[in-house]
Amino acid sequence: MVLPESEIMRYDLRIIASWIEKGSRVLDLGCGNGDLLARLTADRSVKGTGIERDKEKAAFCIARGLSVLQGDLNTEVEDYPDNSFDYVILSQTLQQVLEPATLLRSLSRIGRQVIVSFPNFSHYTIRLQLLFKGIAPKNEQLPYSWYDTPNIRVITLADFRKFAGDVGYTIVREVAINTDHHDRQGHIVRWFTNLRASYGIFAIEKTHP
Amino acid sequence: MDDRGRQKHPRGLRVQKQYFTFAEPPHEMVLESGARLGPVTIVYETFGNLSKAKDNVVLIAHAFSGDSHVSGLYEGEPDDAGPGWWDSMVGPGKGVDTDRFFVICSNILGGCAGSTGPSSPNPVTGRPYSLDFPMVTIGDMVGAQKALLDHLGINKVVAVIGGSLGGMQALEWSVRYPDMVRAVIPIATTMRHSALAIAFNEVARQAIMADPNWNHGDYYGQTGPDMGLAVARMIGHVTYLSDQAMRRKFGRRLQDKKDFSFGFDIDFQVESYLRHQGSKFVQRFDANSLLYITKASDYFDLVEQTAVGESFQDLGLTKAKFLVVSYTSDWLYPTYQAKELVQALKRADRNVSFCEIEADCGHDAFLIPDERLNNLVRGFLDGVAGK
Repeated sequence: MVLPESEIMRYDLRIIASWIEKGSRVLDLGCGNGDLLARLTADRSVKGTGIERDKEKAAFCIARGLSVLQGDLNTEVEDYPDNSFDYVILSQTLQQVLEPATLLRSLSRIGRQVIVSFPNFSHYTIRLQLLFKGIAPKNEQLPYSWYDTPNIRVITLADFRKFAGDVGYTIVREVAINTDHHDRQGHIVRWFTNLRASYGIFAIEKTHP
Repeated sequence: MDDRGRQKHPRGLRVQKQYFTFAEPPHEMVLESGARLGPVTIVYETFGNLSKAKDNVVLIAHAFSGDSHVSGLYEGEPDDAGPGWWDSMVGPGKGVDTDRFFVICSNILGGCAGSTGPSSPNPVTGRPYSLDFPMVTIGDMVGAQKALLDHLGINKVVAVIGGSLGGMQALEWSVRYPDMVRAVIPIATTMRHSALAIAFNEVARQAIMADPNWNHGDYYGQTGPDMGLAVARMIGHVTYLSDQAMRRKFGRRLQDKKDFSFGFDIDFQVESYLRHQGSKFVQRFDANSLLYITKASDYFDLVEQTAVGESFQDLGLTKAKFLVVSYTSDWLYPTYQAKELVQALKRADRNVSFCEIEADCGHDAFLIPDERLNNLVRGFLDGVAGK
């Protein structure tokens, strides 16, 4: 028995949830309060596991009946045997990872498909701030100042496409979205995505030579 | 209600000790060492009601110095008597909810709180076993618990829960009787003792054996190795606390005096506290039991066991869920040891949850009432058994 989420789930998570096949094995990295896992468990009968660094959030997840490991995702993923999961989800965390290429290699080792979402740093609001104000940009998706931001990686949709190719992945699915200021509601962006989307969501698989 | 006691324990449990004797000669219990032991008596207590399908059983394994009295008061005890050792966790509406689950807790084999141990009469001589008592292992303790469940007609348990030495028993259950166990909750425990843990146990054992009253274990009916046992407990108690907790509780404060005595009387509060713990322990614990149980915990090695084939991976189709819990200030079984367990479980494709709880009380933190642990256990059990 897993308690359902208390409020509307983040828009990007709803998109990700729609990509997950029923009954699959899912690893959610940085699972927070476990809303996505709870939804996937209830709606899609997945066998889900989460990893969350924050002790209180991890405890919250376990107490709502989810399987969650409290720990650092970079090291926790090392322990799983190859192909332990159908999907490994890294939502809004890539921009905080010190070694993205190493992490993605681990993720594609343990999962068939890796789903990555991140805030798009080439959104026009950010470009305009840099162009006209000349300051390190902030917006609703990237609200921190340069000196306190956990977001140590500056990624754009275009950057990620190139990165994926360079390190040997095929992008099998891609969606750009724009969300309201609570990230609860949003819509899919189809044109000029790198300029207009606040988030990108990619499903990637290891390129087989 | 006009009954003042009932106001104090509005839904308090009333329990009684129950006894189960098996392995009557010539059908003795064959121990892991190959030795035979019988008859074996196990004392146990139950809490809550067994469902018709006998499918709501939670087995609790106690730590080294614990007993079967996990919660509530004994029938006939005054209302202000001290409750069982995990009263905060086990009871109506608590983490392990006795309104839902039928909880069983038995005293371990080799113990001294009612189950057969070195202080029990040897049927051959009629006198206490002392050192003629065979060496028992964690596996033997679990084997005796299994015999008890068989006797009660129970072939499936929702969860085995235990802290410290109890956690070792819970882990042993998961590899020894995997088909019986739906979930395992090892708390503040380890897959095997570190050199540090063995070292402290050895110091405790030496303290007892160096006491002239120990008399090679043959002290029943006369003055026992009280001083040695008290010192062993003092050492043990230090390993259950933490630097932080001891600073907070005692610091360098003096006991009932303003200045040093410039002698070897009690000066510091921490000295007074440890001596008190030591002498209190002597009243309720048997020195030989301490020797046997500490040795059993030193021998326990799930890494070795799982390496020789009885691995988590070979557990067949029944895949128990695990909830592993550790404490930040536990230096006896530090978090890295819990993480090694989690790692082994992940590699074996087990369903495992893990949480380290922030607490400054050291190893004993799991015995201290804490709503965080209760919530973890309650939610996890809901996930296993349904709401």
